[in-house]
Amino acid sequence: MNQENTIVANFAISYFRYLDENGICSKELPAYLQDPQHIEKLYKMMAKTRIFDKKAITLQRTGKLGTYPSTLGQEAICVGIGAAMKKEDVLCPYYREYGAQFWRGVRMEEILLYWGGDEIGSAFKDNPHDFPICVPIASQCLHAVGAAFAFQYRQEKRAVVATIGDGGTSRGDFYEALGVAGVWKLPVVFVINNNQWAISVAREKQTASETLAQKGIACGVPSLQVDGNDIFAVTQKVEEALARARNGEGSTLIEAITYRMCDHTTADDASRYRPEAELKAHEKFDPIKRVKQYLLSKGDWDEARESKMIESFTQEVNDAVARYLETPTPPAEVMFEHLYATLPRAYEAQYQALKEGTK
Amino acid sequence: MTAITLIEAVNKALAYELEHDPNVVVYGEDVGVNGGVFRATDGLAKSFGEHRVKDSPLAENLIAGLAVGMSAMGLKPVAEIQFLGFIYAALDQIISHASRLRNRTRGRLSCPMVIRTPYGAGIHAPEHHSESIEAMFAHVPGLRVVIPSSPSRAYGLLLAAIRDPDPVIFLEPTRVYRLMKEEVEDNGEALPLDVCFQLREGNDVTLVSWGAMMHETLQAADELAKNGITADVIDVATIKPLDINTILNSVHKTGRCVIVQESVSTCSVGSEISALIAENALTSLMAPVVRVSGYDTIVPLYKLEKTYLPSKQRILTAVQQVLEFA
Repeated sequence: MNQENTIVANFAISYFRYLDENGICSKELPAYLQDPQHIEKLYKMMAKTRIFDKKAITLQRTGKLGTYPSTLGQEAICVGIGAAMKKEDVLCPYYREYGAQFWRGVRMEEILLYWGGDEIGSAFKDNPHDFPICVPIASQCLHAVGAAFAFQYRQEKRAVVATIGDGGTSRGDFYEALGVAGVWKLPVVFVINNNQWAISVAREKQTASETLAQKGIACGVPSLQVDGNDIFAVTQKVEEALARARNGEGSTLIEAITYRMCDHTTADDASRYRPEAELKAHEKFDPIKRVKQYLLSKGDWDEARESKMIESFTQEVNDAVARYLETPTPPAEVMFEHLYATLPRAYEAQYQALKEGTK
Repeated sequence: MTAITLIEAVNKALAYELEHDPNVVVYGEDVGVNGGVFRATDGLAKSFGEHRVKDSPLAENLIAGLAVGMSAMGLKPVAEIQFLGFIYAALDQIISHASRLRNRTRGRLSCPMVIRTPYGAGIHAPEHHSESIEAMFAHVPGLRVVIPSSPSRAYGLLLAAIRDPDPVIFLEPTRVYRLMKEEVEDNGEALPLDVCFQLREGNDVTLVSWGAMMHETLQAADELAKNGITADVIDVATIKPLDINTILNSVHKTGRCVIVQESVSTCSVGSEISALIAENALTSLMAPVVRVSGYDTIVPLYKLEKTYLPSKQRILTAVQQVLEFA
């Protein structure tokens, strides 16, 4: 027998970024990202998401909202995804992608209603197709491949984006979805929102894999990393992946590297497990400061516009909060109203009793 | 009209819906070229193409999760899980998502999907192939659980399941796949879901069963008839939502009820039926309701599986018990 080792496969993972932490752009941007108005739009949605997020935490702290997972520090990923998607595409989000959801027509008060304990928050009045926030980790990856199959089957030029945290890549659902996406060449883009922490478990304790992106390589899915704090890199790479997907070229896995600058949720205390110095060290990578710096350096932004923007978004968020707080608790019988398309006879008595308050 | 087996009825129902509804997609492990390990999908890939009758990767949770995504986006997936004993890996997708998507989104998205799977003991299969866990699914709000017991009901109920706008777990009694033949007209006519079927009329006792155990239950009813004891025999068919009214009407008439099920007794569908009779027909009862079940054990490997399964004799003993009570 030949004792010689033969290498049968090799792979490499590339890392992509346009903007460094000082907001300096080192590469030539695609045309649409040279448009100051478009950049301003991206920046504004990131800023709006942060203002919303801060307000949501305040609401929770004052007993006006249930447990809430913040998206602080991750605004470039969700906003980049939202900006890259077309209206007819479908988003299967995990629970820190408010920026993408806002971009896609989900209302702020809907997100608040959801975390405030009312299912109506996932009814998405202005967004008929996107999946609701998915709490069971990574399970949305399978909905994404199912939805992508439906588009492929009907030969529609639509694609799906599934987002997932770094901890979610430990789950079978993630691998199962990548597996079938590779084999069936499904029009789906997986975005790993690698914020380094799965509640209290650091990414290094989740997996010995050198990158999370390389998990896609095992499934024949082209995979890459982007700087998840660089809105340009996220937007462009998701855009490219979606174009491939819609063209029938199959799926892509993007690992967006960022940092969770908040607790896991409002019920968590990250100081129990996360060194303060580590958090401090990541502050300079803040995705919002970075793009603001870029806009300022180009002369496309100034502090007067900044104050005006903050004032306007604060008002917008406050209005949404008011609408949320004014939404009455739904009547008890709604529990039965969307259980099945038509309420089976077997549950009519329970339904009536609940409605009349007799049971 | 030709006499066909239950598995052929499943095949015909799938073919009918594939033919008439372009949104129907059939997939699962080995369902394509091979036609399924029991041949439920035999010939379908050839007739309808491998894009509509697809082999999926070997991953049950994936199979269920794909159905959630497909059905939410307007397809009508009919997925096969090769054996019910393999479905545990898929429970998260079925329970956390398929059953809840309509409710979570206030009707905006829904899962008109079917998961078909053979279930039950009595075919000399290896471990993990023989369970009857219909009660686990019956416990889950938002699901339908349907179990046919004969070729004609397999055909009509599967058509209804595929056309239903909500997720259906369709459990096919493996032991009955080729046990009998029945004349079934392949005319696309569905049977109603959410109702029990009364198979025999009698006055002395109500026999309630479903799936494979219907077979022994009917044999027991025939045996009783020889001795002048007449039984109402009810095929529950849709386990969830449960049509308790048909059962209660019968119990009001007979005053006695024996429930026959293959599953373990504890927290079973029989337990639920029994409780509902106690709540709603106590004054009609002339004897306590008796459950004849599989034992509260793991289904044994095949040397003992016949001992595990309720027999005609155990049913007759239970009937005697309720007839002789006071």
